[in-house]
Amino acid sequence: MTNILGVALPAAMLLLTSTIFMAFVRLMKGPSFPDRVVALDIMTTVAMGLIGLYAMESGEVIFLDVALFLALVSFLGTVAFAYYVERRQLRTGSGE
Amino acid sequence: MIGRAFGLSCEGCHMFSIVLATATRFLLPLLLLLSVYLLVRGHNEPGGGFVGGLVAASAFSLYMIAFDVEKTRRLLRAEPRALVGAGLLVALGSAGVSPVLGKPFMTGVWLERTLPVVGKVGTPFLFDVGVYLVVVGVCLMILLTVAEE
Repeated sequence: MTNILGVALPAAMLLLTSTIFMAFVRLMKGPSFPDRVVALDIMTTVAMGLIGLYAMESGEVIFLDVALFLALVSFLGTVAFAYYVERRQLRTGSGE
Repeated sequence: MIGRAFGLSCEGCHMFSIVLATATRFLLPLLLLLSVYLLVRGHNEPGGGFVGGLVAASAFSLYMIAFDVEKTRRLLRAEPRALVGAGLLVALGSAGVSPVLGKPFMTGVWLERTLPVVGKVGTPFLFDVGVYLVVVGVCLMILLTVAEE
């Protein structure tokens, strides 16, 4: 069991880290504003996964609380961005 | 409207999403409960007045996005400015307990007995409550002012 974890945890962390980088590229290049919002949302979600993996590796249960709060805050951020996009559309009258 | 039947409507609101409004109604009490939990456990484990205050402020800002500023002010009941003042007074009051007992200013004074849920109660906890109120007040003052424009 610990043998499998010893291989699987670093591999999963590597994959998630590369996902963050790819989402970051989308955040920089993203042609439209909603693309960037989605990229940011992906980055926080993957960060939650990383925190969960790190909690498994270190055996600290307290890190799971961190993931919980990150989930709440990122949800709020995405909702706020959506609100902003919709308001901008209402003002200019055109979807971007 | 289906929403109106459940009392979920907002007359003067800019935009109204029934999904967000319904989710907010369930999330707001949960987030506030979480913030109090963080505040209470703050002395011994990660948490404390600052984080708890931020979570409470985020709960109110979610309500603000789902409904509007006017409704949030009504929900909050107190002016954010008054919350800041009350928090500072509570913190000062917690510091003023020890001189009365003949100890140096701001020394932590703890109750002998432990309360069932909260655990040990003392002036550091009271100070944390003050920090909580100040953080909620400042965050909501900024957010509500910006949202009103």
